[in-house]
Amino acid sequence: MSRILILFAHPAFEKSRVHYQLLATIRGMQGVTVHDLYETYPDLNIDVRQEQGLLLQHDIILFQHPLYWYSAPAMIKQWQDLVLEHGWAYGRTGTALRGKRITNVISAGTKEDAYQPDGWHQHPLTDFLLPYKQTATLCNMQYLAPFVVYGTHQLDATSISEQAISYKQFLETLRDR
Amino acid sequence: MIYLAAAVVFIPIAKKLGLGSVLGYLLAGVVIGPSLMGFIGSEGQDLMHFAEFGVVMMLFLIGIELEPALLWNLRAPILGLGGLQVLLTTAAVACLALLLGQPLNAALALGMILSLSSTAIVLQSLKEKGQLSSAAGQSAFSVLLFQDIAVIPMLAVFPLLAGSSQGGSHSESSLRDNLPAWGQTLMVLGAVVVIVVAGRYLLRPLLRIIAGTRVRELFTAFSLLLVVSISVLMSLVGLSPALGAFLGGVVLANSEYRHELESDIEPFKGLLLGLFFMAVGASIDFRLILSMPWVILGLVVGLMSLKAFILLGLGKIFKIKIEQNLLFAVALSQVGEFAFVLLSFSNQSNILPQSTVSILTAVVAISMAFTPLLLLAYERLIQPRFSVQTTNTREADEIQEKHPIIIAGFGRFGNIVGRFLRVNGVKATILDLDSDRVDALHNLGVKVHYGDASRRDMLEAAGAEDAKVIIVAMDTVEQTLDVVRVVRKHFPHLQMLVKAENIPDTFELMDLGVLHIYRETLDTSLRMGADALQMLGIRAYHAYRNAGTFRKQDEKAMKGLSAIRDDKKLYINTVKERIEELEKLMSGERTTRFNPSGLGWDEQSLIDEARQEE
Repeated sequence: MSRILILFAHPAFEKSRVHYQLLATIRGMQGVTVHDLYETYPDLNIDVRQEQGLLLQHDIILFQHPLYWYSAPAMIKQWQDLVLEHGWAYGRTGTALRGKRITNVISAGTKEDAYQPDGWHQHPLTDFLLPYKQTATLCNMQYLAPFVVYGTHQLDATSISEQAISYKQFLETLRDR
Repeated sequence: MIYLAAAVVFIPIAKKLGLGSVLGYLLAGVVIGPSLMGFIGSEGQDLMHFAEFGVVMMLFLIGIELEPALLWNLRAPILGLGGLQVLLTTAAVACLALLLGQPLNAALALGMILSLSSTAIVLQSLKEKGQLSSAAGQSAFSVLLFQDIAVIPMLAVFPLLAGSSQGGSHSESSLRDNLPAWGQTLMVLGAVVVIVVAGRYLLRPLLRIIAGTRVRELFTAFSLLLVVSISVLMSLVGLSPALGAFLGGVVLANSEYRHELESDIEPFKGLLLGLFFMAVGASIDFRLILSMPWVILGLVVGLMSLKAFILLGLGKIFKIKIEQNLLFAVALSQVGEFAFVLLSFSNQSNILPQSTVSILTAVVAISMAFTPLLLLAYERLIQPRFSVQTTNTREADEIQEKHPIIIAGFGRFGNIVGRFLRVNGVKATILDLDSDRVDALHNLGVKVHYGDASRRDMLEAAGAEDAKVIIVAMDTVEQTLDVVRVVRKHFPHLQMLVKAENIPDTFELMDLGVLHIYRETLDTSLRMGADALQMLGIRAYHAYRNAGTFRKQDEKAMKGLSAIRDDKKLYINTVKERIEELEKLMSGERTTRFNPSGLGWDEQSLIDEARQEE
């Protein structure tokens, strides 16, 4: 059984519909740690050693966040900049994360057909996630297919619940495989 | 009523004149006393007894604030300083009295009586001036405490001095007059033991029961009863009630009801103590003084100088700094209220004749009345001279360093700034005006210069010409404003970061054109507020950002308000508006549930648009 670390970042979680439901559904899952970054570091002053310690204790890392401007909220970037140190996560001696698996759990406002070459955003979502994929490669980690909730602007409560259930299944598969 | 009216009239006047309330009470007493207006008179003696209750209560309160552990810590100054003061003064006065032809037992009694000082006047005066925690205040307290304790053996010894020929033939009704001298001594000690034992094993359970009823008045009543009954018990055995109360207080100092007892008795103490001071004022017999002015004045001056001289010498031995030592000597140079008790007691036991007693009573009262005046003179005349001198001697040789930052004032605020700069590798030249603090920091290895940063030459010596920044964090607003003015005038190139305590301070600094003002409690309060929000379940980031928004808005508002603060009506209205504005802003009435500066994360308009298009 793999241990999963969810690095959750939502600057306005109190307003969230989708992520609120996702997290509520997976609450208490065995082998899953939810680490709420904005709650832990409201001043963005990240404790690097603690974060690295958490990474070492888990096998699968998930960045869970809403998609803002084709990217993650500032906290995730801050986290990457500080925690993935040279010599620890990458570089000649940076092997701490070798072999771990990593990916994003994302909510996107628009529907999946907007993320097509002929769609509104002109690229598939995975194109925008290239920095995460390449980061994983640099850190000798394996980048998995992301879990995406599309079209959150139009989702009603029922479909959000459905999404949450499939999120739970997604985690179970990752954990038990 | 006359007393209350006199107090109401005189205290504000005395305060306004900077005389302190003690002197106000004394003056009030003199004016309404038999010698001047004669509003009160014949009942003066009775009143004195009643008012002595104020002293009793004060000592009870002092006792209750003194935990045995603290007493133990102070044992060196209490025993050393206090013991020596009593011994030396007693010896000196007794020798003089012998020379003046008094018999040995009377001389000894006089020595003991006059070696005491007034706990009531000294502690009250020093407390009002905030000098109780200074070196002089601490030493004075130790000596006074020893004196109050020394009254026990004195009272015990007096019957022995009286000799066996006198006995119970006097009017005093106390039980112990019927006992032989050694029996009286034993009885005194017995009473002390009774108080200690009863306090420990009887009172606490009783207090618990009374507190259990949760009737506040009952507790107050019991507190009073407690003090009264201790006094009665002590008077019964012919002991000083004040001392009994003090002991009772010490015994109860460790109990959990200490603060309740304190706050219950405090108001009574204040009033009765005032009454006591007035009674002292009223008891000054001007007819007697006028009949032999030079003798009495000479006695007062001579006695006070003698006592001050001995104290000065002791202060020197105990290494009290000169300016503090002077204060210490001046403060304790009078004769205390216990002297009244001891005088009448020694009269009753035939140690001293009536004529001597009445002269000395006048002398004691006058010396007590002089004390606040002397303290005032010290404060106005001597103290300023010393602080200037000390500055001169200490500044010249000490500042050799030059740093880009000067910190003026290294109290609790400047201290943190300094430590923060230091761990960031930025050294600062630090000036501070509190010599005790400077010495304490020296012992910790922190380089702090004693000096007044509101003086141009001092700043120059600290390298103000070449420095870039000055942090002003003085203890008082007045000092802060002084420094700011001097810096603006002589070192305009220095960037000033100034600490303010409250809103009026902030306004004054704004008037002086200071741009960087830091209200002492603003950030901490907001941090606390943010933590409170989190405890109510509000997200940490939200709370943190809102605290930041609040601070920014508040500082902005402060700038606007400064300009109109003299127009009271406009000011109040504007403050109301600002509060409303801020509340609206924070609650996000105009926008969403979230803080307006978080609009980018609000999807509502986006959602609306997306749904319309569908």
